[in-house]
Amino acid sequence: MNEFLRSLTPSQQVAALFLTIFGLLVAISTTAFLLTFREARDAHDEAWHAELKNFRKLLRTSWFMVVVFWIAWAAGETVATILFALIAFFALREFITLSPTRRGDHRSLVLGFFVVLPIQFWLVATERFDLFTVFIPVYVFLAVPVVSALAGDTHRFLERNAKLQWGIMVCIYGMSHVPALLLLDFKNYEGKGAFLVFFLVFVVQTCMIVQHVLTRRLKRPPSAPAVSKSFNWYSWGLGMAVGSVVGGVLSFITPFRFSQALVMAFIACAAGSLGHLVMKALKRDRGVTAWGQRGMSVTGANGLLDRVDALCFAAPIFFHSARWYFGA
Amino acid sequence: MLAKLMSLFLLGLVRVLTGAQARWYGCPPKAEQRIYFANHQSHADLVMIWAALPEELRSITRPVAARDYWTKSPFRQWITTAVFNAVYVDRARTGEQDPLEPLVEALEHGDSIIIFPEGTRGNAEEPQPFKAGLYNLALKFPHVVLVPAWIDNIQRVMPKGEVVPVPILCSVTFGTPIQLGPDEDRRVFLDRARRAVIALREV
Repeated sequence: MNEFLRSLTPSQQVAALFLTIFGLLVAISTTAFLLTFREARDAHDEAWHAELKNFRKLLRTSWFMVVVFWIAWAAGETVATILFALIAFFALREFITLSPTRRGDHRSLVLGFFVVLPIQFWLVATERFDLFTVFIPVYVFLAVPVVSALAGDTHRFLERNAKLQWGIMVCIYGMSHVPALLLLDFKNYEGKGAFLVFFLVFVVQTCMIVQHVLTRRLKRPPSAPAVSKSFNWYSWGLGMAVGSVVGGVLSFITPFRFSQALVMAFIACAAGSLGHLVMKALKRDRGVTAWGQRGMSVTGANGLLDRVDALCFAAPIFFHSARWYFGA
Repeated sequence: MLAKLMSLFLLGLVRVLTGAQARWYGCPPKAEQRIYFANHQSHADLVMIWAALPEELRSITRPVAARDYWTKSPFRQWITTAVFNAVYVDRARTGEQDPLEPLVEALEHGDSIIIFPEGTRGNAEEPQPFKAGLYNLALKFPHVVLVPAWIDNIQRVMPKGEVVPVPILCSVTFGTPIQLGPDEDRRVFLDRARRAVIALREV
């Protein structure tokens, strides 16, 4: 089995990976669907069904992510970059919708959406890594408040600019690091960038799901009740442990050794799950529980930020850790 | 052909920028003759509510467009006539002519219409008091269903005086139809209609 896999070309290996995942998802989804037919007889069964519904929601997120990554990989690096640029665009749109802006912010918003976003992803696509890592934190950091200042509205100036810069940082900067992973050069690892993206997404998602399930099972008191009714350190720790071990086990698809993969997965999980917590605090501040509260829209983009926020925080940290330590 | 392409392009654009989400609370999207009345904050309101309607209703629903703004350039005129199939009204009353006449004509043809009873764009939190037009139409066409609608967020997409729109999610909420009561006073009815629109903001 192992030798057969080694004899395949990198792209065949990636294709085999996707086949495996799709197969797993189909199996799990079918089982979950069949389970919905189970009759609800008492209160206990009702609760069980509610939990199943929740789980199927999580499954849909996984389907969505896997399909996105599959398209990204199948269509090549340029299309992948454009795809992630679109995700960043829709995520930022949701972020801005729920952050009240004033008329004076209009030009800054135009700058963010139509100048910063395309330039950042163009820098990724052309592999200008040194510029792309500093473009937003250094150059845009000044450009946005300058445009706002020129609009002449000083009411809550710092707050408005901070919100906009946060949105740009999370949605554009964070998201742009995912396609950047595809382009990192490790020794003997050409053409296998997709594995790295998969590794990142899979370990983060595993950590989140384990944490989610444990929180429901264990019913521990929340550690930050004002921010999240579910987050507690105990399930978080277990989620982190499982995520890291899964990362270690998956080391054969990465350029890392077992211990290195374990640590990288740990870093990604910590960044992703804590970033998700931060976004929860932001949503609470805005008085909503999910970014997509306005229901489904034709673009299908509603609630997108809920799905990708962990990735937005995990990707830059994972990318820079890998680049710094392995010099890729 | 060109109009068809333009309408597809505009639909795509509006969806990418705003999501163009329609939320039907209180009545289903149904092909009966209706007068939709909504709050008015931006010229883009017309495009927004047009895009939010389902395809089948879009073809039988004619938005009302201010003649002075929408006929200023040949392009604007073409887009309102060929793409939106709009009904022009004069915002400034000229001489003896009844400004409602084009609307009456459209309703007599059996079309549904979209009107903005404030008459002009407001930029306050709440819509301005409604003008008498809605009352007069309701009186004249008692069988036409009056549907209130609230257009949310659109003023943030393109504030007055800006050229480039920014992407922000918007929605149009359609509410429970209202009816003109027998011998209901004009002002009472108009205020009730206005409250019906405002109430949709919280839904």
